[in-house]
Amino acid sequence: MHPITVTVNGTKYERQVEDRLLLSDFLRHDLLLAGTHVGCEHGVCGACTVIFDGAPVRSCLMFAAQTDGHRIETVEGLAVDRDHLHPLQQAMRDCHGLQCGYCTPGILMTMKVFLEETPNPDEAQIREALSGNLCRCTGYQHIVEAVKLAAERMRK
Amino acid sequence: MNVATRNFGAPIRRNEDPRLLCGQALFVDDVELPGMLYAAFLRSNVAHARIRSIDVAAARARDGVVAVYTAEDLGAYWAPGPLLVPPPPIEGITFNQRTQVPLAKHKVRHVGEPLAVVLAQSRYLAEDALNDIAVELDPLPAVVDLEKALTGDARVHDDVRGNIAARVRQSRGDYAAARSRAKHVIARRFLYDHGASQPIETRGIVANWDARANQLTIWDTTQAPVFLRNGLAGMLGLSERQVRVIAPFVGGGFGPKIMLFYPEEVVIPWAARRHNRPIKWIEDRLEHFFATTHERGQTHDAEIALDADGRILGVKDVFLHDTGAYNPYGLTVPINSQCTLLGPYVIPSYDSTFTAVFTTKPIVTPYRGAGRQHGVFVIERLMDVAAHELKIDRVEIRRRNLIPPDAFPYNNEIIYQDFAPLAYDSGNYEPILDKALKMIGYETFIAEEQKKLRAQGRHVGVGVACYVEGTGIGPYEGAKVQVQANGKVSVATGIGTQGQGHFTSFAQIVADQLGVDVPDIDVVTGDTDQFYWGAGTFASRGAVVAGNAVNEAAKAVRQKILKLAAEHFECAEEDLEIGNGEVSVVGVPGQAIKLGALALKANPMRGAVKPGTEPGLESTQYFGPPSGATASGVHAMIVEVDPQTFTLDVLKYVVVHDCGTVINPLILAGQIHGGVAQGVGNAFYEQLVFDDDGQLLNASLADYLLPTALEVPHMDIAHTVTVSPLNPLGIKGAGEAGAIPVGPLFAQAIEDALGLRDRNVELNEIPLSPGRLFELTVKLR
Repeated sequence: MHPITVTVNGTKYERQVEDRLLLSDFLRHDLLLAGTHVGCEHGVCGACTVIFDGAPVRSCLMFAAQTDGHRIETVEGLAVDRDHLHPLQQAMRDCHGLQCGYCTPGILMTMKVFLEETPNPDEAQIREALSGNLCRCTGYQHIVEAVKLAAERMRK
Repeated sequence: MNVATRNFGAPIRRNEDPRLLCGQALFVDDVELPGMLYAAFLRSNVAHARIRSIDVAAARARDGVVAVYTAEDLGAYWAPGPLLVPPPPIEGITFNQRTQVPLAKHKVRHVGEPLAVVLAQSRYLAEDALNDIAVELDPLPAVVDLEKALTGDARVHDDVRGNIAARVRQSRGDYAAARSRAKHVIARRFLYDHGASQPIETRGIVANWDARANQLTIWDTTQAPVFLRNGLAGMLGLSERQVRVIAPFVGGGFGPKIMLFYPEEVVIPWAARRHNRPIKWIEDRLEHFFATTHERGQTHDAEIALDADGRILGVKDVFLHDTGAYNPYGLTVPINSQCTLLGPYVIPSYDSTFTAVFTTKPIVTPYRGAGRQHGVFVIERLMDVAAHELKIDRVEIRRRNLIPPDAFPYNNEIIYQDFAPLAYDSGNYEPILDKALKMIGYETFIAEEQKKLRAQGRHVGVGVACYVEGTGIGPYEGAKVQVQANGKVSVATGIGTQGQGHFTSFAQIVADQLGVDVPDIDVVTGDTDQFYWGAGTFASRGAVVAGNAVNEAAKAVRQKILKLAAEHFECAEEDLEIGNGEVSVVGVPGQAIKLGALALKANPMRGAVKPGTEPGLESTQYFGPPSGATASGVHAMIVEVDPQTFTLDVLKYVVVHDCGTVINPLILAGQIHGGVAQGVGNAFYEQLVFDDDGQLLNASLADYLLPTALEVPHMDIAHTVTVSPLNPLGIKGAGEAGAIPVGPLFAQAIEDALGLRDRNVELNEIPLSPGRLFELTVKLR
């Protein structure tokens, strides 16, 4: 067991974790932050993406023990509340960028970092940045439109 | 008084999104209960074997393990699953029912078939214990190839000779006579392989036996919660009231999440009752590739007879269908292939025979399109070959054969998957084709652009494919609509939702009937304590069947509102108007009552109630269409192929679609986009590759390629509307359409781009891929 201290969405957690405990399982089942979803557990689908010290990472490919002393952001930290969504969340809703919504948290976290680094992206850049996240419902078109719209709103 | 339609037909944002976007929607794996145990299944690692022994003693002894069960431990509870869909009433059919079992006994019939289940304090420990189980298997020859399955000695089921799961012949007219007077007869072999639905959420189940309440609660990633509840109640010897099945937010389904009853759905509730503790099982992605049903392949030997002008006189088709190790879903997939082959064309004679074949591969059940793709591929490719041989333009030959608008309802005289005759209720196909041609710029592309681009050395081609889709089949769905005391409206229906937007589209229907805003309508789907009648979400039927039930229930509530308000105001119902969450007397300012207040009045504490009066502003109504509504469409695309790497760049993609009345164009566009994306995967990227031993060689998302944002093109969508006469809202289903014609479209456009037809190379198989294109064109090098 490892003692860890990790900050998730601004809250500091002190926990004992088993060596092999995946970060995705730690977030979901120990911290009960179940908004981070698990799709493949082999790093392909991107559903479990969280932001680790400012960079998007796949939480199924990390151990909880590796997060000691680090800072994590999950989908639960994006909005103030359901009535005050992050611009990216709002744009996803406005453009119908989600259907079943299972891949959505990973896409939101990936795109959040992308838009911080690329505030004025074109469609090709958005598609490239999205291509590490699998969505089986939407065909991506409305997600691309949502990211464009969010970028536009965030620049204002 | 007219009903306002400001919500119906509008691109309204979804009610369900805020929860999903904030990570607050409940999916099955989010259910956490005190004292929960975690299950892991030991699965066969060979395709076909006799089970000599399974020794679980070491696993039972491991710390943290609570129990390990094999088939023997299930005792009398062990039984093959039910036949979900019996064969349609077609004369002379053969059908050998062999359904899946909860845990394999005596024999395993596909890789991934469960042998034992471990219950432990954590999933990690449960998986550790799987390694402790010693299994002795005597391998048998795998049954993989469909033709060899019919003639070889190996039998998937010892008592089924030739591995024949079913044989069905359907025909109309006299094909032999048509053939004898045909000017042209064209025959080809086609291979169409459909893949795995791969929703991003795998399957899962949580079962909790509450001994105090005498009730079993099950959270399941199912598309059919009502049937699951009824079936489990029967198996477990409980009354239906004692079983509550909740399909909460479900992360995509696309068909395979219907299959009842998956082994895990049988074993986990049984174990939860036995241990009096909640038990969770969540499928991992590797398991998903074996434990969740596929769709897979068919081999068609098809023949088309045409007159000198390219008019179809008849089609003959003989095909083999891979049904996998068991056939719990009956004949739905191959019947869909058989029927959908007829497409939007006048085909006066048709002779179609299929043989469904047992193989030692995972079970085949419907996956988005459900066999329709296979049939559409055959007819569309035959049209392409005919166009080439008769030297008629690809579009022109299709146009000549379209069913004319005055021919509806159009009866194809064979039986469809819903047991009703395959009759197209309505449609108008030529305007769809014209619109698609205009949007893709077909004439200009062929006459000018393609020549220009070819002169620049670019390999660019166009494709156009037509299809129809039987949607919205019965038997029925129901809905309960109730005005609450807070003025909001609750709607409950028995179907499950996997992202189709029912929480919003059903709310739109109610909003217009009751004059309440869409966000004030709370829709519950897939909770059997809220509504426990219905069939489920499949066959593009949610909006059609449940949507119309919701409409009927809302209409009945509207009548109750008007009746009660008329009594309240002592006026005629005709003098009342409903809107903004209240009922008001027309032309009398201040004379209005909120719907919530009226709902309270409808449940009085004192006073006499007239006989026959029902309490509350509530109604439950059912809707069942006589047969399915037929949607139709045309897809067109321009593609560029890299002649060195055979990678594709889709330059333009167009969908023109007729699904009758549209409830929410935003949601509809999403359904089409998603369907096309899955069609693109099927056409060029996704293939389940089995070796001769029945091992799936690419069981990971790194090897089985789901299309990403880079492979799925931007799509331009347009609609035409022919209203379905089969339901009051005039709706036809739209869920599967996008996925259906993409295979033949890709084959045709790629052939065109590489100029293959003139060089005698035909792409008569799906999926294609860069590697496969290289192989098929290697002789040209």
